[in-house]
Amino acid sequence: MREVAIIGVGMGKWGEIWNDSLRDIYVEAAVLALKDAGIDKVDSMYVGSMTPGLFVGQEHLGSLLADYLGIKNLPCTRVESACASGGVALKSAFLEVASGYSDLVIAGGVEKMTDCSGDDATYALATAADQEYEVFHGATFPGLYAMMARRHMFEYGTTREQLAYVAVKNHKNGAKNPKAQYPFEVTLEGVMSSVMVADPLRILDCSPITDGAACVVLADLETAKRICKKPIVKILGFGHATDTIALHARESLTRLDATIVAAERAYKMAGKKPSDIDFAEVHDCFTIAEIIVSEDLGFFEKGKGGPAVEAGETQIGGKIPINTSGGLKSKGHPVGATGIAQAIEIVSQLRGEAGDRQVKGAKVGLAQNMGGSGGSCTVHIMEVV
Amino acid sequence: MFPARTWRENPQRYRLEAQKCSKCSSVYFPPRKVAPGTLDGSCLEPYTLPNDGTIYTFTRINVPPNQFKDAAPYVVGIVELTDGTKIMCQIADTDGMELEIGQKVKLEFRRVQTDGEHGVLAYGYKAVPAIPGVTTV
Repeated sequence: MREVAIIGVGMGKWGEIWNDSLRDIYVEAAVLALKDAGIDKVDSMYVGSMTPGLFVGQEHLGSLLADYLGIKNLPCTRVESACASGGVALKSAFLEVASGYSDLVIAGGVEKMTDCSGDDATYALATAADQEYEVFHGATFPGLYAMMARRHMFEYGTTREQLAYVAVKNHKNGAKNPKAQYPFEVTLEGVMSSVMVADPLRILDCSPITDGAACVVLADLETAKRICKKPIVKILGFGHATDTIALHARESLTRLDATIVAAERAYKMAGKKPSDIDFAEVHDCFTIAEIIVSEDLGFFEKGKGGPAVEAGETQIGGKIPINTSGGLKSKGHPVGATGIAQAIEIVSQLRGEAGDRQVKGAKVGLAQNMGGSGGSCTVHIMEVV
Repeated sequence: MFPARTWRENPQRYRLEAQKCSKCSSVYFPPRKVAPGTLDGSCLEPYTLPNDGTIYTFTRINVPPNQFKDAAPYVVGIVELTDGTKIMCQIADTDGMELEIGQKVKLEFRRVQTDGEHGVLAYGYKAVPAIPGVTTV
């Protein structure tokens, strides 16, 4: 396989975007990525999107977006793996370049979630859970993660405050990210007294509903060296794994096996270990998810993720900064775009372009993107050349 | 909800019909076409789940999906049955404030959903906290 690099990144401001449609926000991100790479065409494109059919009534997304990007007859594939759609699009684009079939490929992601009612968005998101054996009984996504949280608290003594510290940290980072949907800080007291959604999770434990798109341009290393004027960021390795989508079928609710296996595969392919990682973007769809994932990626022992965030080990300047972008919590979570936006934060940090939230001396970054309640996961490890 | 979709799940939802592997005794709920790792379903035999167990985890849903608007707040949890099988369902007859992990519950036959659009009434199992000293049928 050829070595693969990211040579361009692009995303617009995320939030509740009434003036622009799904195709508009995607094209904005793709053009920014192409301009960042200094090119005007690519060989192929992958778009991660969870369910545009339910959010805006539009399928056949690959062709629509290739058309509006204005690259005639571009081969374009829409990729779906719930909230990990972006991560799987990135993996797919990586493989197409690594195989030698294409030299320049866009990996993008998009979700337009506010063009429907809140009830319709809730329904659309719930399709990532087991319809007949979870959703049928009234389970919601906050509910599924709440059940994990209660179990983590029961088994390891994780506290309600420790969950809140995740939100406080991520909002502190997101306040420095001009692309974030909610670029402001929240207090511990604010999180602890916010509206209860699914006990013990409150509204400020939950990532929001967001309109957003994100794109990166991948190239083989030789092409990258020829055309890239910025520091070249190599994708050293990836891991991709699935797990049961139903929580009740899992042996444990305090670990996410798809993440553990995807991470093992990524570390092996990249020739890295957890202690080699300088910073990470992880899938904090709910505060408890960041705690469990920070353990499953090998940054902390099982059960120590809560104390670690409370002690500040995951903030910028800590042992392993997590979610310097603000994470899904503050930056927003347009589900299909999230995996790509994580990659963009890794590239920004590795290029030294992260501004006020720059991790000093960052050389190796990891992005972990997860679908549903952990039924799918991708992990990508990147290094600046 | 299209009627066939809920009707075909009735054996599981009405009678807790599951499967047990004749070779390794693993229990599968809901039933599967093949046993994991074998590509073969011939080892899977009909098996009925026990209807009592303990609460493994739970949450009180304050913000419900549309079809449960009238029921909120309600409690959803995972019950670990006496044979070790875990099953997700609502925990009824409680507001959830006093529940604890490990508490004994029984599965009962209850109405789970009322579908407005097609008028389908969907029945199934819900867990009910077992009252010490009281035997329920």
